[in-house]
Amino acid sequence: MKKKNIPAGKKALELVRGNAVPIMFVIICAIFIPMAGFSPSYLLNEIITRMGRNLFLVLCLLFPIMAGMGLNFAMTLGAMGAEIAVILVADWQIWGIPGVVLSMILSIPFSALLGFICGTLQNMAKGREMITSYIINFFINGWYQLIVLYIMGSIIPIIHASIMLPRGYGIRNTVSLLNMRQCLDDLLAVRIGGVKIPVFTFILVGLMCLFIIWFRRTKLGQDMRAVGQDMDVARDAGINVDRTRIISVVMSTVCAGFGMVIYLQNIGNLPTYTGHSQIGMFCIAALLVGGASVEKASIGNAFLGVILFHLMFIVAPGAGAFITGDSMVGEYFRVFLSYGVIALALIMYEAKKRMAKSKAGRELAEAQKEKEAAE
Amino acid sequence: MSNKKKDYNLNSPSKFTDEMKTIPPARRLTAQEKTQMSPLQAMVASYGLPRLLITGFLLVLFILTPFVDVDLVTQITNIINRFSWNAVLVLAMVPMIHSGCGLNFGLPLAIICGLLGSTLSIQFGFTGPLSFVAAVVIATPFAILLGGGYGLLLNRIKGGEMMIATYVGFSVMSFFCMMWLLLPYSAPTMVYGLSASGLRPTISLDGFYNQVLAGFLEIDFGEIAGKLGISLGALEKLVIPTGSLLVFVLLAFLMWAFLHTKTGTAMTAVGSNPTFARAAGINVDRTRMLSVIMSTWLGAIGILIYQQGFGFIQLYNAPNNLTMPTVAAILIGGASVNKASISNVIIGTILFQGIVTMTPTVMNSAIHMDMSEVIRIIVSQGMILYALTRKVKGSK
Amino acid sequence: MTTNTSPLLQMQNIKKDFFGNQVLTDINFTLGEGEVLGLCGENGAGKSTLMKILFGMDVIRETGGYGGDVLINGQKVEFNTPFDALKAGIGMVHQEFSLIPGFTATENILLNREPQKKNVVSEVFGERLNTLDYKEMDRRSAEAIEKMGVEIDSKMVISDMPVGHKQFTEIARELSKDQLKLLILDEPTAVLTEKEAEALLSSIRNMAAQGISVIFITHRLHEILAVCDKVVVMRDGYVVKDVPAAETSVEEITRWMVGRDVQSAAVSAGEVRSHEDAKTILSIKNLWVDMPGETVRNVSLDVKEGEILGIGGLAGQGKLGIPNGVMGLYEAGGRVEFDGKEIPLNNPRRCLDSSLAFVSEDRRGVGLLLDESLEWNIAFPAMQIQNKFLKNLLGGVIKWRDERAIHQVTQKYIDELQIKCTSSKQKAKELSGGNQQKVCLAKAFALEPKFLFVSEPTRGIDVGAKALVLDALKRFNRDSGVTVVMISSELEELRQTCDRIAIVSGGQVAGILPAAASSEEFGMLMISKVV
Repeated sequence: MKKKNIPAGKKALELVRGNAVPIMFVIICAIFIPMAGFSPSYLLNEIITRMGRNLFLVLCLLFPIMAGMGLNFAMTLGAMGAEIAVILVADWQIWGIPGVVLSMILSIPFSALLGFICGTLQNMAKGREMITSYIINFFINGWYQLIVLYIMGSIIPIIHASIMLPRGYGIRNTVSLLNMRQCLDDLLAVRIGGVKIPVFTFILVGLMCLFIIWFRRTKLGQDMRAVGQDMDVARDAGINVDRTRIISVVMSTVCAGFGMVIYLQNIGNLPTYTGHSQIGMFCIAALLVGGASVEKASIGNAFLGVILFHLMFIVAPGAGAFITGDSMVGEYFRVFLSYGVIALALIMYEAKKRMAKSKAGRELAEAQKEKEAAE
Repeated sequence: MSNKKKDYNLNSPSKFTDEMKTIPPARRLTAQEKTQMSPLQAMVASYGLPRLLITGFLLVLFILTPFVDVDLVTQITNIINRFSWNAVLVLAMVPMIHSGCGLNFGLPLAIICGLLGSTLSIQFGFTGPLSFVAAVVIATPFAILLGGGYGLLLNRIKGGEMMIATYVGFSVMSFFCMMWLLLPYSAPTMVYGLSASGLRPTISLDGFYNQVLAGFLEIDFGEIAGKLGISLGALEKLVIPTGSLLVFVLLAFLMWAFLHTKTGTAMTAVGSNPTFARAAGINVDRTRMLSVIMSTWLGAIGILIYQQGFGFIQLYNAPNNLTMPTVAAILIGGASVNKASISNVIIGTILFQGIVTMTPTVMNSAIHMDMSEVIRIIVSQGMILYALTRKVKGSK
Repeated sequence: MTTNTSPLLQMQNIKKDFFGNQVLTDINFTLGEGEVLGLCGENGAGKSTLMKILFGMDVIRETGGYGGDVLINGQKVEFNTPFDALKAGIGMVHQEFSLIPGFTATENILLNREPQKKNVVSEVFGERLNTLDYKEMDRRSAEAIEKMGVEIDSKMVISDMPVGHKQFTEIARELSKDQLKLLILDEPTAVLTEKEAEALLSSIRNMAAQGISVIFITHRLHEILAVCDKVVVMRDGYVVKDVPAAETSVEEITRWMVGRDVQSAAVSAGEVRSHEDAKTILSIKNLWVDMPGETVRNVSLDVKEGEILGIGGLAGQGKLGIPNGVMGLYEAGGRVEFDGKEIPLNNPRRCLDSSLAFVSEDRRGVGLLLDESLEWNIAFPAMQIQNKFLKNLLGGVIKWRDERAIHQVTQKYIDELQIKCTSSKQKAKELSGGNQQKVCLAKAFALEPKFLFVSEPTRGIDVGAKALVLDALKRFNRDSGVTVVMISSELEELRQTCDRIAIVSGGQVAGILPAAASSEEFGMLMISKVV
């Protein structure tokens, strides 16, 4: 009702305040791009590549946000599930598109199981879902290492020595996926002025977006939104809250598994022990850079975020070198920005929660004051 | 709906009788009840299953040592040594847990304060034991300042402390990664040789405060045996870093004493029930702020003590490597997200460092697989996870 | 009465006790199809327990079930969960909203009952992947809103709605259930403006005309007379009156609601003291307090030194807001003078420094450190405010906790108030409600205040403990000369304990009467300014 009376200037200010993070990154990129001195076609090429590589992963964060569970730091679990699948497929020497498809299918049981564990634990720690998912991620990483480093090759048979450590068990630090490399990206790829567009990967991303849009309109999507906004009300209405929350995490990890396979086929090799460690952090930072918050995120946020975040990521070292003469500074700067943007989003989310509370009080007090004055 | 639920609570059985027996047994562990349970059950219940498993695991490692040709005394010396490095860092968790700020995942912030102290001390040309004193003195204002700012922030985001602390810690750490490169440090022992600017990732403390506390009143049984001309057998390998231990004992005693003062009592009450504390006239925000500053200062001192034992200053991403082990250690010691004591610190540090030192050697000799890293991750993260998912009983 | 014309709802000899505490005794009434029944009674009369039984709430089952029979259309029913009740056609609108803030009215009305369409995916993966049928949702919600007869915007998001419309959304949600036969409205008009309340009344008539029966609970008695076919008045767990609405009046209902036997009314008469000549120790002027659910709007009140002043009134009218506001626990404004000096509001410390103390109604939330020992609970405020139980070391630089003094004082109050515990080191959460309340009192007594606010001291505790608590308060007042202000929903309790009783209604003091005044007088004051 009030919205109509707000003058245009104030409206613009609101818009700026509401989108402070993306605007800040636009400014940073605008300053850094000329400093870094890359050619536009190089930048465009890089951005397109990175969009194809990361978008799917970023999109899978939307489900837990929808269910009110915040930023899913445990999407890494899906990545680990996919890595195990990829290792097995690489060992079976199934390459090309069949290899990719098989990896995706094979990742489902791993990711789903891990997602289920994660969701269950998060249900036990309501109110601190995020820190719990953050720790789960490290915890499962321990088990992942146990399996890949010790059990694979000794208990789980690994046929090809090429992916094994020389000592006879455990997987090498890098598993080459050369025969799988960019096979999705190259399918239907189009080159426009030297810029390669991985059409098929983008089609997959597009399908994922359509799925999300469609999913929002399903009964389950509606339940998830209800649970996300008020668990008690949803429970009173007969929705199985815990189950719905677990489903949202499982969906997120399974999709993250698919996303990880797409990511790995683009990179062309699997960094066995480090591949997943930063994935969660970068995807979350990217989503937040796109203007998402802990409780609200859209497909648009994901697209804008991936573009801005990776643009910053590409140009920061060059710009750092330009300013300070040391490219390391730029590299640290981009890490600082990724951490900083997550910290900022979390702070704004908590501060907003408190502000909403005190605001209700203030309004009441004012109304009473007015009444008093009238009396 | 929340009001409605409170109403139900009021009608719940426990409110309607004065008889103790109507209270569900899971909610309390009174003297009589402990006698009803078998002693073993009672012990498990009060000690906590994960802690029991960890203690058991460590005991198995100890028992295994003679069979796998690992020298027990060397191991014990190592554990004592590592305890003396880490104990103060673990102690730094206590104030914030007491005031209800939760587990301090923002430890890197405190460590940065310590690092500022040590690097500036060397930069200003202090050497020998004096450089340690100077590092403590320089780190203190930073700890108060940064800790104060951190406390201010945590007061504005009550309820979300742990997650935000994690990322604030990361942000500050990566910010200082830039600073280590950009600040005009020039001491030749610290900067890169070629460019003569920017700090090296690892700085040796030889000639500064390496072993400065550990060496103080050090008891080296081998040396004693040599001097007295007697043989102490295996015991000769035992070395006790008395000075470091004394400093820890002093700081732990001060912490214990603080918790027995009026302000310390208020801090515990704030952590136990902030609304109660407010109704009793306590300034909750100020108390929390004090606890954060105390934690930050202790963390800063903790890293200095760690450095003097370890012999090196580690910069850049290194502060992050200490967060999880420290948090895990106090939890293994029996602390929960909102309760911690000095004994938790001591027990936890011994257990955790015990596993850290014993697993590589013993396991390696036993099964010829070095699984220590993996075991450490699973144990520490599992412990944190257990603490986070444990239902907070009673309080609200 | 023949079976084929059996009424929609029959309650027969309903009994309910909470562990020996009889809260409902022999409740009998019937409700026909399309009838509107007004249910009234003071707080604690048993209305809400009765409705919880009817609606199959979990508490009832968890506390040992109930006695007697509930019959729907002549069939005996027993609901184990609210969902069973819903299936049988009973809908309830609670006092607190149960709405998803970011959903539209339509989405809320059909929450978890959305009409769905099957699709390929759902054929494989199960029904939860059915897509929602938005057209059908719009139609159903429009139908429900029309049934209600009040216009609300079905596309508006709940968080943007005025309070009244949220209430109507809740009602529309119940009406959208096809099987709905009986609707329970628990104080629905409490949050409505006069106009909205008017609209609600006409919508109740509308529903009744369509054959839906309504049980209407309210404190606004004229509404009952305006819309109900019959009135059931409850008191102390009994139905005291069951009459057609046309044959009664607001005055009569009030008398039934609060009327007590002659003897019990006279109990306190002998003890009543007058403090008219004493000086005013606490003077409250134009106080407003922003306490959710207990808003205080404009309270002016003088308390005389040495008296026990009671503050009574119906729930939600603001009586609890007064002590919470004065003691700085909720945001407040106005002017409070204690002993001639003004006390700044919103600052608990300054109140405590001026020798005021407060025993909160929220024992577990505000009153106790549940995880700490009794010693800590009792000694803590006195230690922090008055530096009691401390040893000064190093010339006062260090204030050391004096465990022995703490133990002694705790032991003293454990004996004095007969707190049942294993030792003074026992944790507060392990005590029963009554003993917890005694600990709260001991905490306040340890402060040795000049002035004590006690809020709902007997809520949720058993009869024996109740008497002890009230007795302790009286003794504290008589022996130590402490002025006490006691806030309670139970008028009888106030009359037994207090010298004067102020009744708060609509966030204001409706009037102050001596404890010996008749129940009717109190009753009239209680509902005089109800909002």
